[in-house]
Amino acid sequence: MDFVARVARDAMLDAALLPVDVDGLLLSPTFLGAPITIASMVADSLGIRPAYCDVVDLGGATAAGMVWRAAAAIAAGECRAVLCVLAEAPDPRPGMRPLSWPGLPLAQWDRQYGPMGATSGYALAATRHAYEYGTTDEQRAKVAVDQRTNACANPTSLFHGTPITVDDVLASPLVCDPLHLLEIVMPCWGATAFVVTRADVARSAPHPPVVLRGFGEQITHASLVSLPDLTRTGIVESAGRAFTGAGVTPADMDLLSVYDCYTITVILTLEDAGFCTKGTGGPFVADHDLTYVGDLPCNTHGGQLSYGQAGLAGGASHVTEAVIQLRGAAGERQVADCGLAFVNGNGGILAEQCSLVLERGGS
Amino acid sequence: MSTIEPRPAPETTAFAAPYWAAARGHRLVLQHCPRCDRFQHFPRAWCTSCLNDQMEFLDASGLGTVYSFTVIRRTANPAFAARVPYVLALVDLDEGVRIYTNVVECDPDDVRVGQRVRACFEDIDDEHSVVLFAPATDTES
Repeated sequence: MDFVARVARDAMLDAALLPVDVDGLLLSPTFLGAPITIASMVADSLGIRPAYCDVVDLGGATAAGMVWRAAAAIAAGECRAVLCVLAEAPDPRPGMRPLSWPGLPLAQWDRQYGPMGATSGYALAATRHAYEYGTTDEQRAKVAVDQRTNACANPTSLFHGTPITVDDVLASPLVCDPLHLLEIVMPCWGATAFVVTRADVARSAPHPPVVLRGFGEQITHASLVSLPDLTRTGIVESAGRAFTGAGVTPADMDLLSVYDCYTITVILTLEDAGFCTKGTGGPFVADHDLTYVGDLPCNTHGGQLSYGQAGLAGGASHVTEAVIQLRGAAGERQVADCGLAFVNGNGGILAEQCSLVLERGGS
Repeated sequence: MSTIEPRPAPETTAFAAPYWAAARGHRLVLQHCPRCDRFQHFPRAWCTSCLNDQMEFLDASGLGTVYSFTVIRRTANPAFAARVPYVLALVDLDEGVRIYTNVVECDPDDVRVGQRVRACFEDIDDEHSVVLFAPATDTES
């Protein structure tokens, strides 16, 4: 609760709202083993009396999923300011966190084969992508390198001050072929909170408002055997609806803030969201500069690869980084004239996808 | 060389019982919907196309093609620590379904996408056997 309370207070202060002004609460399902009605208990702890209170459970897509749910509840007139909180902390009771539940596919069909967490799943996608499209280790490594450059301009990132090269990535140990250690997220503990509110409330806040222009969500599978093509994700649908709803195209984006649990995830996202055509993501990241001064700024906070992955709060960093950039508050890593951002959240092994188009709003 | 631990046993469901019973006898069967004439894997309580709950299990050829694979070289999973490096794979069975598995009986570095494989079996304990795959011989493939 300490994490949660601290970031929740920070988010309310940032929005210039008091608990009495907040009438919605969305939580990440990180309180495993927590009793039922956990959301109400957290609300009470924070001094909030919500008209809309829920747990959003979409893995790494949870934060993006909260944004549009909050916006939809507000648009429906049910509430005016929704506090969204994601947290990951060590379970104080070792062994309590279940890896799987009896009767669910993982416990029956997967675990006897020794998958290595999510890493082996993304490795299967990377192998297939290399097979179909010739994507190289060097091309994937470029994603990690550019994002590390971004992290070196972000003092709050875990790997601030430690630049890397493509050779460093390729020289790091293979964990699950073809993925090297430096292509894999760095886990850590942490929490993130943000407020989604009505435009008129946001305009009276101390910061320039950021507007949700479009969104889309798509869940395609849980077990990998249910995803027919490992190189084609639900981002095709989620991003497609987000761009259509916003009336913009990928080419209009000034910033990409996309889930990056592994290097291959970024390449798949760029392809499926339409920044490049299917199969060309490898050459695309090699030919473009993904740093904050580059022609395609991507994950300017360092991404989870270099900023760190605080569980579900890690996915939230893609939302908060986009907001910070659109506000023009990113400091050294500020993207020049950042007006439109594409955010993508990805959960499970490419299973849950949620895409957002965010815009710098007028004051 | 540390001892190879037994694999964790699957937590089986009632509607998948025929699959596990067949595996115990070193046979691969697949769930099939007689109404749609369609295989589905993994087994569910009913056909995900037509909701038919009178599903059957049919013998499979046991032959398939590697759709993708990874060589797991490090693991935090103690049950598999002594097995590294080992191959985790998705295999497209000739019946048209995909199965999650390990490719065994070969050097992990020799596995390729598109490789033909055949089902083989490993006994976990007195009740459970798991379906694995090995490179198919020329006559099998």
